[in-house]
Amino acid sequence: MLSIRDLHAAIDGKEILKGLDLEVPAGEVHAIMGPNGAGKSTLSYVLTGREGYDVTQGSATLDGEDLLSLEPNARAARGLFLSFQYPLEIPGVPALTFIRTALNAQRKARGEGEISAPAFLKLARESAARLKMDFEMLRRPLNVGFSGGEKKRMEILQMAMLSPRFLILDETDSGLDIDALRIVSDGVNALRSPARGMLVITHYQRLLDYVKPDRVHVLAGGRIVDSGGPELAHELERAGYDKYAREAA
Amino acid sequence: MSLASALSTGDLDRLPSRRDEDWRWTDLRGLIRVAPPPSPAVAAVAANPALAALRETVIVYANGRVIEGDGIVASEGMLLRRFVSATEGTCHALEAPVEVAPGGRLLLIDSFEGQAGGYVADARFPVVVAEGGRLERVVLLDDAADAVSVGLTEVELLPGASFHQTVIASGAKRQRFETRVRHHGGGASVRLDGAYVLAGQRHSDQTSLVDHLERDGVTSQLTKGVVQDQARGVFQGRIVVAEGADGADARMGHHALILSDRAEVDAKPELEIWADDVACAHGNTVGALDEDALFYARSRGIPEAEARALLVGAFLGEAADRIEHIQARELAREWIAALLRGAA
Repeated sequence: MLSIRDLHAAIDGKEILKGLDLEVPAGEVHAIMGPNGAGKSTLSYVLTGREGYDVTQGSATLDGEDLLSLEPNARAARGLFLSFQYPLEIPGVPALTFIRTALNAQRKARGEGEISAPAFLKLARESAARLKMDFEMLRRPLNVGFSGGEKKRMEILQMAMLSPRFLILDETDSGLDIDALRIVSDGVNALRSPARGMLVITHYQRLLDYVKPDRVHVLAGGRIVDSGGPELAHELERAGYDKYAREAA
Repeated sequence: MSLASALSTGDLDRLPSRRDEDWRWTDLRGLIRVAPPPSPAVAAVAANPALAALRETVIVYANGRVIEGDGIVASEGMLLRRFVSATEGTCHALEAPVEVAPGGRLLLIDSFEGQAGGYVADARFPVVVAEGGRLERVVLLDDAADAVSVGLTEVELLPGASFHQTVIASGAKRQRFETRVRHHGGGASVRLDGAYVLAGQRHSDQTSLVDHLERDGVTSQLTKGVVQDQARGVFQGRIVVAEGADGADARMGHHALILSDRAEVDAKPELEIWADDVACAHGNTVGALDEDALFYARSRGIPEAEARALLVGAFLGEAADRIEHIQARELAREWIAALLRGAA
């Protein structure tokens, strides 16, 4: 599914990713853990095509199709979704309008017709109910005045409604209390399927108690320096990232 | 010093110039070197499809003269006034008064239409809103790109009355729409909003002065603008709270997006407060479109051009959303959307 080979990327000429290799097969959830500044968010932005992140070497493909040459919106239309660490506020655009615009743009790019208004509203109501969100929140400008937890929930709602093939969760647990964490995790787990892959980027092991990964990778110094099963996350929680510091330097 | 007196006397030294503080960003004397000939009378003007949905009483001015309706404004209901400049390279001036009787309630839609190019037009609007009267006004400025168009509205707002106005401008070679309000308080309320969408080499100036003369007046002001290419937006807002006009609540906001390196926005928000017990605030921002928000929208699948239009439309929409009358609000929204489509 997602295949990253020898990926090098730089911001303002400073190399952040230094030869990253990663394979996430369909149906699996992989976690990326690592110390601050290891390049975790850079990886998510490079994959989704943010400006200012220059890929200098290597490749990233989704089901064999090159991602790096595509516009961000084209990547989304092919099924890539990033749940932002800090979701943006969009004044003046109701959440429902934003999501419908995104959904229809993706459908158009895939050669599908627009979703009907009743079908869209039904989807929105069901998705909101599953995430225990007040539907009225969806009529308000997207994320404006929302708490950190509400914004994260809105990210998962968008993810559920856009139904991507590959999900990247960037520090989705930050800013969540334990109840919100459970609701958000349930929302993410509901999207697990044999056809979907997920990359869960997190600094702490906490989220992984709820969204159980098949594989855990340690990102340090711009490369994957260790990989293992779910037990690796617990080991990191206990021992910290010190042992990787040398490799990162 | 005014355009009207320069036109009526032919003395171009009477034109306001950059040496007049209030006109420094909208110089007319350097622009108009020769007075254009007076506009001829015309019997009819083309219909405006943008206003076709409105079934209101209509007064039509062509080249400064009334050609439809009697020019008299009733104090109740809805009224559409069209101010059409119909003849290339000519000049005209007009005065169109409005009086809202005590307790009266009027919605006024004033549409400025340049159906020819290169004209010079001046319009004066003396307005009185009597006690408890309510006037909501939406002004659509659709001048020709090479025209000079100046409007001045002077409002006498009596206690307990309201004057709510939204001006939506697409600019001209020089365009200025100025509003002055003598605010007598006593619970009276002023809303002075604006939006401008400027492309090419168009210029638009929205200037206002609100004088809080007595106690307990409310003023709320929000102007939003978008400029691109080599266009220039000007906002000058001034609120004065006189000594003794306590209990005033005055808020002013002007926010603009600059979408090209060569576009320009000049803003001068001013609060002048001589009373003790007042609540006043102003905010002014001029900047580029938020690139982070743009990437966020694109990462969800929205193509760049569509994402920009969505964000810019929402930004301007905030001004139109404050229009109370639903049909007028829809008209304003559609007009803004049309301007954005035209500018894209």
